[in-house]
Amino acid sequence: MSKEEKKVNRRDFLFTASYTVGAVGLGAVVWPLVHQMNPDKAQQALATTEVDISQIEPGKSITVLWRGKPVFLKRRTQEEISEARSVSLKDLPDPQKDEDRVKKGKDEWLVMLGVCTHLGCVPLKDKGDYKGWFCPCHGSHYDLSGRIRKGPAPTNMEIPKFEFVDNNTIKIG
Amino acid sequence: MIRFNSKRLILVILSTLIFINPLFSAESIDPIKVNWSFKELTGKFDRASLQRGFQVYKEVCASCHSMQYLSYRNLGEPGGPEFTEEEVKAIAASVEIEDGPDSQGEMFTRTGKPSDKFKSPYPNVEASTAANGGAYPPDMSVLVKARPGGADYMYSVLMGYEEPPAGMKLDDGVYYNKYMIGQKIKMASPLAEGIVEYSDGTEATMDQMAKDVTTFLAWAAEPELEERHRVGFKVIIYLLLLTILVYLSMKKIWSRVDSEI
Amino acid sequence: MSDQEYTPKSKAGKWFNDRLPLLTLGSHLTDYPTPKNLNYWWTFGGILTFCLMTQIITGIVLAMHYVAHADLAFASVEHIMRNVNFGWLIRYIHSNGASMFFLAVYIHIFRSLFYGSYKSPREVIWIIGLLIYLLMMATAFMGYVLPWGQMSFWGATVITSLFSAIPLIGESITTWLWGAYSVDNPTLNRFFSLHYLFPFLISGLVILHIWALHVPGNNNPIGIDLKKPSKDTVPFHPYITIKDAFALLLFMIIFSGFVFFSPNVLGHSDNYIPANPLVTPAHIVPEWYLLPFYAILRSVPDKLGGVILMFGSIFILFILPWLDTSKVRSAVFRPMYRYFYWIFVIDVLLLGYMGAMPAEGIYLALARIGTIYYFLHFIVVLPVLGLFEKTDPVPMSISEPVLSSGGDPALAKKDYDKI
Repeated sequence: MSKEEKKVNRRDFLFTASYTVGAVGLGAVVWPLVHQMNPDKAQQALATTEVDISQIEPGKSITVLWRGKPVFLKRRTQEEISEARSVSLKDLPDPQKDEDRVKKGKDEWLVMLGVCTHLGCVPLKDKGDYKGWFCPCHGSHYDLSGRIRKGPAPTNMEIPKFEFVDNNTIKIG
Repeated sequence: MIRFNSKRLILVILSTLIFINPLFSAESIDPIKVNWSFKELTGKFDRASLQRGFQVYKEVCASCHSMQYLSYRNLGEPGGPEFTEEEVKAIAASVEIEDGPDSQGEMFTRTGKPSDKFKSPYPNVEASTAANGGAYPPDMSVLVKARPGGADYMYSVLMGYEEPPAGMKLDDGVYYNKYMIGQKIKMASPLAEGIVEYSDGTEATMDQMAKDVTTFLAWAAEPELEERHRVGFKVIIYLLLLTILVYLSMKKIWSRVDSEI
Repeated sequence: MSDQEYTPKSKAGKWFNDRLPLLTLGSHLTDYPTPKNLNYWWTFGGILTFCLMTQIITGIVLAMHYVAHADLAFASVEHIMRNVNFGWLIRYIHSNGASMFFLAVYIHIFRSLFYGSYKSPREVIWIIGLLIYLLMMATAFMGYVLPWGQMSFWGATVITSLFSAIPLIGESITTWLWGAYSVDNPTLNRFFSLHYLFPFLISGLVILHIWALHVPGNNNPIGIDLKKPSKDTVPFHPYITIKDAFALLLFMIIFSGFVFFSPNVLGHSDNYIPANPLVTPAHIVPEWYLLPFYAILRSVPDKLGGVILMFGSIFILFILPWLDTSKVRSAVFRPMYRYFYWIFVIDVLLLGYMGAMPAEGIYLALARIGTIYYFLHFIVVLPVLGLFEKTDPVPMSISEPVLSSGGDPALAKKDYDKI
């Protein structure tokens, strides 16, 4: 290698190194600017809500707010449960057993995010072709287990993480 | 010959910054300088001291001073006292929080959760002022940043209670404190030997308690301090590296021109 | 401008460039012939562009979390510091960034004063620069109000009360500015709105500032007109870009030192006390970068007089290009002006110091002397100096320092090499 070539090589190396290190720095600067829009520490801490369910009669439901979204808590009657369980999985666009959507031994309690899986509207209760919920925005029908039966929504309504603290209290989140 | 050279200007800038700084401290005796562990460039808080300091705050200060911008969860976050999750839950559960309204429109009380803000001793500033003889006990969330001397000043005031000099008359409920601005303070000396029984067995001397609670307040005002120091160190190292690379590249590029950079 | 006709190589590039000549603009910016003897004081233009962009980006981020309401503003700032991911970093960059911005702009302005960059044919660049400076001060002042601490509140009260000095309509103007009968929630809201708007006005003016600069081209340390492009110039890229980058990195190291290791040293501790309309802090001081003007304001015993003199001290800069009668630009060849230049620098620093001191006794007396000299410098020293000063011989070009008359060429060359 001639002296001239060596010089050129060293120069190229310097420029490449400068550009690379500079680009890494720019990347590192972008992260805080992006991450600041994620839920902050106070939001993350508000992850749980406790609900008193002692006042809910069979067949009735209430709606509570959890993480800014409605959560439906429905106490189903025995007939409603049987009806939800009589559907063949083949008839479901998003096949899922009703048993898998409730806590064992607490089959009457249906707890789910009251958000249509299509585009996020809140479905209306006791409406639609399947006695469950009906989303007025684009006509999605949900059954008594909150499963999608007809309409544009792709999946069943989501079941959030929840647990029974005691017989009268449910902790969501 | 006077020239517009760099040395002169740097000197001018430095002296500006230096002489502007002391201007912000009001007339008072210089506070005692303490060698805090969190002072240096890579400084960190003393965990044990923070935990003891929280105990002093809870048992002594919290009966009058609020800390409304802190939440119980902060006590377990990295860079702070770092209580365990169970300890934080227990601390939070030891207070009753008013919440509501419930579905009947009634307010109710419940036990505290880590996500709750520190419970204030008074419902508002007016109540707090009225209960303390017309002097509002300031909120302690950012108190260390809100005083010119910072942590040193805090510590000094806690240690600065003395008999007033002869001839100085003090009204009822006013105390002499040589480090306080104006030397008069409406808070009686909050600390006394053994007023707190430390759970870790440390002897609760005046000096120990003053240092611990000041450390705790310094953290409360700047909970990001440790992360800030850590990130800052990396940033400076990175910038130095890039500066060297760019300097060498610049030398290379300018070697093509017969001019000094 | 000395651009050769630029034609993009690719067909697509040519198609686009014929419709919107962005590529021509890019080529103009990279090839822009720049004097090769620019020293590091010339890198502050680039540094200032960086400062403006940093403030806008961090400011937009902060506005996503900040709440402009008298009851919530202080708490929302604490929320940013404690809860928002990297909130502390972004806020400290923004608050220290304001100080760094002013530090850079003062160096930039004083560089211009030393090398006569405001003189013909660059008067318009200078005037646009001053407009930027005025907008910067307004933006910084309103930004300082937003955390709604004690200094925010009382600073806002004092500065807006300046307008009440205007005869007859003053009180109405102040009330109008406040939107209330004192500084209150409506004031905070409108300050937030304008604080968000002004940086974009500044950006527009910066484009004009650079456009106006690219017409005559850069001034340079020896202040002579250059043929462009010539042996005396280098293309902007890579020569000036790399040098600006190097200087910017040094600047960023100092900046980072403040942000990470003493983020509150340039602020006032009283601003961590929530605003209280019933209690005024013992000393109300503006941020350090406004102190000289504050000193001028307080040095006049009359309210209206003080306000007029304070605004006058800025507006007199607008006519500076016509007050300075000297034909020679650079102070390098003006031995007398150099002395007066440094006296003026010291005078401004003195005024800054007095602005931070209580307005009484010796401080007040010195502030008055400083104020009088400030105006004398512009009204008497500069016009008279141009008529009587015997300037040193000016070289014909940067590369060949052949002197028009007298002096030892070799000696002279040694002199400008040191610049």
